[in-house]
Amino acid sequence: MEIFYSILPDLIRMVVCAVCGAAIVFGNALVMGYAERKLAGHIMLRPGPMEVGFHGVYQLVVDGLKLMGKQLVVPKNADRPLFMLAPLLAFAPVFVPLLVIPFSDKIQGFDLDIGLLVILALASINLLAILIGGWSSNNKYSLFGAFRAVSQNVAYEIPMLLSLLSIIFMTNTFSLKGVVAAQSPVWFIVIQPLAFLIYLVAIVAETNRAPFDLPEAESELTAGFHTEYAGMSFSLFVLGEYANMFIVCSVATVFFLGGSSGIPLPYFEYSGIIWFLLKVYLLMFFLIWIRWTYPRTRFDQLMNFCWKYLIPFSLVNLIITVVMVKLL
Amino acid sequence: MAMDVETLEDSRHHRYVLNMGPQHPSTHGVLRILLELEGEYAMELLPVLGYGHRCHEKIAEHKPVKSFMPNTARMDYLGALIYNHGYAHLLEKAAGVEVPERAEYIRVITSELNRIQSHLLWYGAYLLDLGAFTPIMYAFDDREHILDILEDVTGSRLTYCYFRVGGVSKDIDDKFVTSTRAFIKRLRSRFPMYEDLVNGNIILQKRLNDVGELTPQLCARYGVTGPLLRGTGVDYDMRRAEPYSIYPQFDFEIPTETKGDCMASFLVRFREMEQSLRIIEQALDGLPEGPVMAAKVPKKLKIPAGDYNASVEAPRGELSYYLVSDGSDVPYRLKVRTPSYSNLSVVPEMCQGMLLSDVVSAMGALDLVIPEIDR
Repeated sequence: MEIFYSILPDLIRMVVCAVCGAAIVFGNALVMGYAERKLAGHIMLRPGPMEVGFHGVYQLVVDGLKLMGKQLVVPKNADRPLFMLAPLLAFAPVFVPLLVIPFSDKIQGFDLDIGLLVILALASINLLAILIGGWSSNNKYSLFGAFRAVSQNVAYEIPMLLSLLSIIFMTNTFSLKGVVAAQSPVWFIVIQPLAFLIYLVAIVAETNRAPFDLPEAESELTAGFHTEYAGMSFSLFVLGEYANMFIVCSVATVFFLGGSSGIPLPYFEYSGIIWFLLKVYLLMFFLIWIRWTYPRTRFDQLMNFCWKYLIPFSLVNLIITVVMVKLL
Repeated sequence: MAMDVETLEDSRHHRYVLNMGPQHPSTHGVLRILLELEGEYAMELLPVLGYGHRCHEKIAEHKPVKSFMPNTARMDYLGALIYNHGYAHLLEKAAGVEVPERAEYIRVITSELNRIQSHLLWYGAYLLDLGAFTPIMYAFDDREHILDILEDVTGSRLTYCYFRVGGVSKDIDDKFVTSTRAFIKRLRSRFPMYEDLVNGNIILQKRLNDVGELTPQLCARYGVTGPLLRGTGVDYDMRRAEPYSIYPQFDFEIPTETKGDCMASFLVRFREMEQSLRIIEQALDGLPEGPVMAAKVPKKLKIPAGDYNASVEAPRGELSYYLVSDGSDVPYRLKVRTPSYSNLSVVPEMCQGMLLSDVVSAMGALDLVIPEIDR
């Protein structure tokens, strides 16, 4: 009993964090789903969803209900257990990284010393889910999508890590709170603009979004790795994608945009989280914007861009950073 | 980026077949293509046709020549008026019917509007194939104006049956003239935006340059015509090569490019829209007064025995009608040479060794209209 009482605060904290994490994942999916469709609509000179509720605000709720009501179809000769596992695997790991993200000085699940590693390690599981989903679907288009996803994500993880590593060298800590604290006079976007740009390009590829949406290139591969998925198993992939977008944009905010720092607002206590979310959704808006503007790249061009430009540039950036840190 | 075909000749056992279509987003209809793939490289391509075959040529042998006009519009739903034009031109040539000048002007104006409409749809759909979702909405926004203008005079929006042997079915009014002029102004003001946002985009240029290169010799072997042929530097356009209607009266250019790749035909089509606007503008300026139907066209049009041929420039290339008559009012045989059919036949040679993504962009550059292939 003694032990129980001693770990009780931590337990409560864990439960609260998990509930908040789930709330963020689903809330973010609702906001992003609506924003994506509405913004896409306005970019395309059309109003977007308009029917359900005021300017279609309940559209996502209705869509969610529809998706839940749909039958889960497993294709013939598909690998049934793996086929059912893949969407869960895409969706389940997204809660954990949310625990270590510092939404403000006070609002953070756990301030781990290896915060960044937790995020990156768990974000990679999504890739495994895509591979499993594509492999088990028994569909050539799905398999193509999965292959593309793997080679693309493995390639783009390198410049992403290298650009984050140059920040780590400056801050000397993997703790996200520590990184935010290190940006008190100037944000790292000013000191490391190249790293920020590289990271921004890499996350577009990491989250499989246009112009790097080759794993689901619909004009070539019909729907890529999720061709055979319908109903809730499809929407788990989508939920996972939006949550991953939220996570990578949060990391960008923490590492380059000063995290929750900003001018204090009237509700001083909570202005941190307002600034944080503002920055995150600004980055998300940017991702949506480019998705609906650019055509898709070709696969070899995508890989060449990574290996010939992003990785050398991020390496050079890293070396310069290390030398400067040593000298100063 | 094309893979060397020879180096992979001995690796046939690695290959597998991908069935693209008949329900695939980028085949734009019920076209099916069997791809033999080596990784993501397409080593062999085989178009499979026949899913939308409606026996149009056989139908023509069973009804009076004049009543085949609506069928022509169903072959190419994007160039319906031009198909009307070709057929009317054929029958007028065969039966010796004189068309009033005003009717010819109206034909040219509406045909060119139809051509712009077709190119605008291609523009949007092609970029959709390349993964850009937004341009199609902008192109459709412009296209909608043409459809409205044509709907007012012809009564339909897509499968027009407006031309008759000896003229057109209905005269145009002042509203048509003003709204067409307004449209010309509007589209001209939109071109710089298209050029800035789409044509100059580096991703688009990387996707289209050096992909699907054609040569004039290859085009001649397969009978490839239209913007694809003009993209290789041959200025072959039926409006110039075998002038019909009143096209010789107008001052317009035949846009050509030299490289013959997807970018070349892309630019040719884009510039053709500008030239069509020029033709329409001149035709509206010189629009004469008078009747729109020839006075004496017999109800039962008897074609003198013999062979007749008439060609026009459809949005996708040369369209020819070949009529064999035995002297009655029902054709003995009507052969339609549709441009998309010939253009599709170059695909197996053009796309060999290409990446799957390049196959999609090369097929998009052909601007296929499937009902025209399966007619």
